[in-house]
Amino acid sequence: MSDTVSMGSKSVAIAVNDFSHYLGSEQMLNKLNLEVFHNEILAIIGPSASGKTTFLRSLNRLNDLLPGSRVEGRITIDGQDIYGPEVSVVELRRRLGMVFATPVALPRSIYENVIFGNRMAGTRDRRHLDEIVRESLEQVGLWTEVCDRLDSSALKLSGGQQQRLCIARILALRPEFILLDEPTSGLDPISTMKIENSLDHLKKDYTIILVTNNTKQAARVADRTAFFLSGELIEIGPTDKIFTAPDNVKTNDYVSGRFG
Amino acid sequence: MYLNPRIEQKIVRTVLWLFTFITVAILVFIIVFILRKGLPVVTWEFLSRNPIDMGKSGGIFSTVIGTVALTLMALLVATPLGVGTAIYLAEYTSENRITRIIRFGAECLAGIPSIIFGLFGFILFVTKLGFGWSILSGGLTLAFMILPTIIRTSEEAIRAVPASFRQVSFSLGSTKWQTVSRVVLPSALPGIVTGVILSIGRSIGETAAVIFTAGSVLRLPSSVFSSSRTMAVHFYILAREGISMSMAYGTAAVLVVSILVINLATYYLMEKFIRRYS
Repeated sequence: MSDTVSMGSKSVAIAVNDFSHYLGSEQMLNKLNLEVFHNEILAIIGPSASGKTTFLRSLNRLNDLLPGSRVEGRITIDGQDIYGPEVSVVELRRRLGMVFATPVALPRSIYENVIFGNRMAGTRDRRHLDEIVRESLEQVGLWTEVCDRLDSSALKLSGGQQQRLCIARILALRPEFILLDEPTSGLDPISTMKIENSLDHLKKDYTIILVTNNTKQAARVADRTAFFLSGELIEIGPTDKIFTAPDNVKTNDYVSGRFG
Repeated sequence: MYLNPRIEQKIVRTVLWLFTFITVAILVFIIVFILRKGLPVVTWEFLSRNPIDMGKSGGIFSTVIGTVALTLMALLVATPLGVGTAIYLAEYTSENRITRIIRFGAECLAGIPSIIFGLFGFILFVTKLGFGWSILSGGLTLAFMILPTIIRTSEEAIRAVPASFRQVSFSLGSTKWQTVSRVVLPSALPGIVTGVILSIGRSIGETAAVIFTAGSVLRLPSSVFSSSRTMAVHFYILAREGISMSMAYGTAAVLVVSILVINLATYYLMEKFIRRYS
């Protein structure tokens, strides 16, 4: 199904084997099998309630917070089963930074927002923190816009700026993966463009999984694209192929806008 | 019956305005009445001297201290207990039979008349545990009395914190307690403080529960085991035993003004806090 052959030069970062997720008696994800490679942007597309977000939240175990959440199968990151008993969920979540559909700036200063995760991890050295703030904000192109008001409230930023702040906030933790859950769904075209541009830069250092409702966005930024439908993976492959010559007729219907 | 919508609109508006006016008028009437009768007595002497001759002359200093001590004692006990319970109910359990029983219990506690609390406090703290009529007994009794208010308002304030804040906090690798203490509680604080202010008002104004547990000794209290008289109790005794109506009104005026000042001060502090965080 996935053409690991043509991507053979790349190494597997995340391997998903027969992974299912249940909420109470309801099955949200059905026997997923896929791989994510280091330093790629993988887009996940599909209609609403297709399991895209649930899959993303399975990767950083945010689904654990839902009552009645249960998983079957395996997800391994660099060979380690993330649902294994010896795994620290707190550590895991620092390795997989997540950005949500609506930007959520915490009610505190810009500075404190960026280093929130580092503070929780116990980092105290002020000089080190200053450096992290600067680097993280530079990586998302926000530094020049806010460097003179780091101590003012993050809630005063525009929606697009807040979303980039949210990305900076996860970069501050130096994660290995960036999970984006429809990060631009509430933003104007210019803010969207700024975020897509930063994704392009970030790809060099991070592995990015992007859930999006916007198929054009997937086509613009993703190396590979996966199509989900009703909790199942229908097709995964190079973005060009998914959008021009998909193997599955449902994929073709979706990307050509016939349903969804 | 058909009414022209415009006339109906006018009638409704007038009636609602009237209701609001009556509410405000009653409040203003009470405050003005108390202050006009009481303020002439209130001088620096009145505030700073102890009562003389059962309160016929002198001041009310010892009752002010008694009120502050009792209220502080009640808050020191009830706030951690109440906020802790609220955190547990809102964050650490999912909604089930047990939490419903706990919440139902807290609500029943809120409906018990204060004189019953007084009786309970008298039996448990004053006699059984041997604390005697004291600030300790009175403070603990008041704490139980205000506990439901603090639990209820705190739990609501905690539940009102957006779920997205918790999600973000967890996704950045926070533990449960870090999320609760660093993200949820600061956001819930204004609501929690509102509950505490309501409780302060109730403690300061309480008589029945206090007479039974803290007694009504007029001397300045020297420790938590001293019996003490609060301003509300002092007012009650002055008025009921016909000792001095003017002194009674003076005490009432101080009581009303201090509650007003506490409310204003707390809102001012909260405003500053909120501005710092958002």
